[in-house]
Amino acid sequence: MDNNTSHIPTDPVIRISHLHKQFGSRVVLNDFSLDLRRGESMVVLGRSGSGKSVLIKCLIGLYMPDGGSITILGKDTSQLDHEGLDVMRAHVGFLFQSNALYDSMTVRENLEFPMRHHLKNISKEEANKRVMEALTNVGLAHTVDMMPSELSGGMQKRVALARTLILNPEIMLYDEPTTGLDPVTGKEISTLMTEIQRIYNTSSIIISHDMKCVERTADRIAVLIDGNCYALGTFDELQQSNDQNIKQFFE
Amino acid sequence: MKLPVNLSDFLREAGSLSLFVSRFVTELFHPRQEWRQFVRQCFVIGVQSFALIGITGFIMGLVLTMQLRPSLMSYGVEAQLPVMVGLAIVREIGPVITALIFAGKISSGIGAELGSMKVTEQIDAMEVSGTNPFRYLVVTRVLATTVMLPILTVLSDAISLYGSYLGVNIKGHTSLTLFFFQVFQTLTYSDVLPAMIKTLFFGFAIGIIGCYKGYNSQKGTEGVGKSANAAVVISSLLIFIIDLITVQITDLLGLN
Ligand SMILES: Nc1ncnc2c1ncn2[C@@H]1O[C@H](COP(=O)(O)OP(=O)(O)O)[C@@H](O)[C@H]1O
Ligand SMILES: [Mg+2]
Repeated sequence: MDNNTSHIPTDPVIRISHLHKQFGSRVVLNDFSLDLRRGESMVVLGRSGSGKSVLIKCLIGLYMPDGGSITILGKDTSQLDHEGLDVMRAHVGFLFQSNALYDSMTVRENLEFPMRHHLKNISKEEANKRVMEALTNVGLAHTVDMMPSELSGGMQKRVALARTLILNPEIMLYDEPTTGLDPVTGKEISTLMTEIQRIYNTSSIIISHDMKCVERTADRIAVLIDGNCYALGTFDELQQSNDQNIKQFFE
Repeated sequence: MKLPVNLSDFLREAGSLSLFVSRFVTELFHPRQEWRQFVRQCFVIGVQSFALIGITGFIMGLVLTMQLRPSLMSYGVEAQLPVMVGLAIVREIGPVITALIFAGKISSGIGAELGSMKVTEQIDAMEVSGTNPFRYLVVTRVLATTVMLPILTVLSDAISLYGSYLGVNIKGHTSLTLFFFQVFQTLTYSDVLPAMIKTLFFGFAIGIIGCYKGYNSQKGTEGVGKSANAAVVISSLLIFIIDLITVQITDLLGLN
């Protein structure tokens, strides 16, 4: 690649600028700005109720921002129509905090669900191949015909992760991926996340306050306080900070 | 369940329900519909409620007959028993009892199901994976309840009448053919049609309230329980209100 085009890969995959979101009179995000670089894992740290989930749900268009702008893969999301939003969402995997597995469907049907819209014309064999590949990558190929309720919490998290990977996303958004899991399982999930990052070559935003997970996964950390990006830096930089607001997360 | 205590709560609730209904109408006319889900829902709803509706219908027919007999005897018109019971069942008791049972079973079921899908973010997950959750979950269920309730009411009426036939035979004697001949001889379109049309509205109300309550469920398992409960209370109430309105309309139209 020559120097003239070298600016393209360094363009941020997600650019959030001056994002504002409120519910009624409760301001949740206030002038929040952040860039996610290609290939990077960005952790967003914040206390519970600080608006972390609202932030990533704004990114994927589940909430509409009240101000500011979000650019994902070069497209301003506020300009997208319904079709455009669907196309953008196909490139972005979202791992929900509660996994959001469809509990009336088998693991296979869960994984096939995103394909019914985005890969409508795919053959049965190809669909099956994708399902097995995604499940194998999370180490759960044997659960393909089980119901989500038959799986442990950690396994459900893996299946949910496999489901988000089925469309080969460029960007992954994780909402508290290790919250509610025991420390050993939590460690497994964060290790898996770094592997996924490598296999699928994704850029990620990870919401967490599990510092073990943060240390293992984060390239950079953004601290969300009072609705804006209070601090931004690597794990080591922030750990050495003397600011009381930042220190509290590392204790 | 907490009913809205003041006017402003009530108006807010009514407003958001109206929005939900208008969204339903909009989505209903979208060219892409989830027909497979609709058929599946019809099947599930039918299977879930048929036994219950059959048993209650049978008992209603039997009990009604046994209770009416002494009064009719005292007027010396015992022979009119099949006609009286037939009219009562087809015009009022069949549709309303079936709808109430259906509301208790199906509206709460839908409220709890969609409520738990809401709080565990399954509805959000559908949205981000390119499937319109409103069409996939709400439109299919509301259409299914609207279609299935009239069918179940016809079945329930038939079973009720059979119960009534057995009731007649406890102390008297009639053949099944004669019994049904007497019933159908008196029934006219103006008895059957308004009754069937109102069950469409009952079915719609039951489906839409269940979905509305589930779709707007509050966080937590308590929220899901509340949704299911509110769905039954509100849809049962609506059944009586719709019943009252239809009787007024048929009256005005001179269909009595
Ligand atoms: N749909 C909503 N309606 C009203 N308020 C909401 C809604 N979603 C979130 N909030 C409010 O936004 C704040 C941040 O929520 P959230 O992003 O879920 O926190 P967290 O950082 O723990 O993920 C909370 O105070 C919550 O009450
Ligand atoms: Mg959250």
